[in-house]
Amino acid sequence: MQTIWAAVLPSALANGLRRIGNGSLHAIARVGFATRFFVAVLRQTPAAFRRLQLTLREVYFAGVLSLVVIMVSGLFVGMVLGLQGYDTLNRYGAGDSLGIFVGLSLVRELGPVVSGLLFASRAGSAITAEIGLMKTTEQLSAMEMMAVDPLARIIAPRFWGGVISMPLLAALFSVMGVFGAYLVGVRLIGVDNGTFWGNMQAGIDFWPDVTNGIIKSFVFGIAVSLIAVFEGFDAKPTAEGVSSATTRTVVGGSLAILALDFVLTVFMFRGVG
Amino acid sequence: MPQFAGATMPGTPNAVAMAGVTYGYDRARAVLTGIDMVIPRGKVVAIMGGSGCGKTTLLRLIGGQIRAQAGRVDVDGQDVSALDRDGLYALRRKIGMLFQFGALFTDLTVFENVAFPIREHTDLPDALIHDLVVMKLHAVGLRGAASLRPAELSGGMARRVALARAVALDPMLVLYDEPFAGLDPISLGVVGQLIRQLNDALGSTSVVVTHDVYESLKIVDYMYFVSGGRIVAQGTPAEVRVSTDPFVRQFVDGEPDGPVPFHYPARSYADDLGSRAA
Repeated sequence: MQTIWAAVLPSALANGLRRIGNGSLHAIARVGFATRFFVAVLRQTPAAFRRLQLTLREVYFAGVLSLVVIMVSGLFVGMVLGLQGYDTLNRYGAGDSLGIFVGLSLVRELGPVVSGLLFASRAGSAITAEIGLMKTTEQLSAMEMMAVDPLARIIAPRFWGGVISMPLLAALFSVMGVFGAYLVGVRLIGVDNGTFWGNMQAGIDFWPDVTNGIIKSFVFGIAVSLIAVFEGFDAKPTAEGVSSATTRTVVGGSLAILALDFVLTVFMFRGVG
Repeated sequence: MPQFAGATMPGTPNAVAMAGVTYGYDRARAVLTGIDMVIPRGKVVAIMGGSGCGKTTLLRLIGGQIRAQAGRVDVDGQDVSALDRDGLYALRRKIGMLFQFGALFTDLTVFENVAFPIREHTDLPDALIHDLVVMKLHAVGLRGAASLRPAELSGGMARRVALARAVALDPMLVLYDEPFAGLDPISLGVVGQLIRQLNDALGSTSVVVTHDVYESLKIVDYMYFVSGGRIVAQGTPAEVRVSTDPFVRQFVDGEPDGPVPFHYPARSYADDLGSRAA
């Protein structure tokens, strides 16, 4: 018995180590490729803006077509925030502070983060699937053979379309959230209208509160758009490959947003308190 | 069979010339080994062979999508492996390519698909681009389908639109990747004739990768047969018809067994049956 284990254990250990090693090498190579890809996309930025109609078209697909889900979600998140916020604040006799509570929550955190998560699901997955299918049906190869660089014609406009759309969507999400909280707090519960808006106006500064929210959403836009175009470009040219790439965009994009949010929050609000 | 000397004018480089080309997608296994091939200007040349024999890899080497690991690929007198990105793109402007399933841009109409390379590479006014596209679509018989989307086309129509797009800039060389695959007999004949007629009308050179022997025999000037990553036979259609080469005969006659075996390599049948019984 002891002899069998002596033979099996080293082999299982070696296999396990080999798998870990292979996985690590693969992950490092992929990060390296993604970095080179990012630099290549940035180098095509002038091309994306020289032919502005290509980028504006992507702003329409990534931004305008995401408006419904962003605005409806913002409204509901704001309404829930209004209800929960009032309930909690009122326990400490601070129900009148609902305006500033909702405003800060949305502008600093919920606006950029939730709209980023929705953006990754709605627009990021669509971008990955579209590019992946173009690769599967040899449209990218056809473009290459026509001496047209897919990075300039397809990838860079989609990347910048996403980056431009994201802060605008986050701003709209926050606006709708504040409106939702107003409907619940002022119209339904009966918080004083002037107090609600006055506290919000007095308690929220353009710098740093609003600008930090804009910076966050801009960074999330870069992260999600890069992941979306990279996963599409790197997808295996099969139905399963495109499906996996789309899933990776949503999962990777969401995790990147949450991780980046923590890092950015640490840097932005380290002086608070 | 003799080497294809062709009819390229003296002093003018062949459209394509390959010498000792070797390529493998991984280091352990070469897909192509020691390929020597000449494609003179103005000719329609077929590269034939079974699935997975390396035909499409040859096209990708000619188009510079991959680079030979050994040997040399010259297109229009330029060593493709030595070209940088700009040089490669400049060369590709003189090359048209028809992909196996058309590779039409699904978000553009038929008209815009054909106009795409013209818009990308020229500053011609819209009126002139319109006329050029209409002429190309008329040549493939699809002027009336200009406003359709690729999803609304049959397989044969999509192949013809892709053909119109491939020749939109009157290329020096046109590469065809399995242009006959999956077509009905009428579409197959139409595409075959279009390849020949467009080649002659534009004065270009055509390389047709296919395994459709009968359609190729009707339209090409010369044929190369590839098997196991090597050129195993070559000749004009007349030579191929009377060839006694076992591979050519198996390929032309569609025999299930021959130099290309029916059975995938395995241990003996008796051993397999015996091991099952045991």
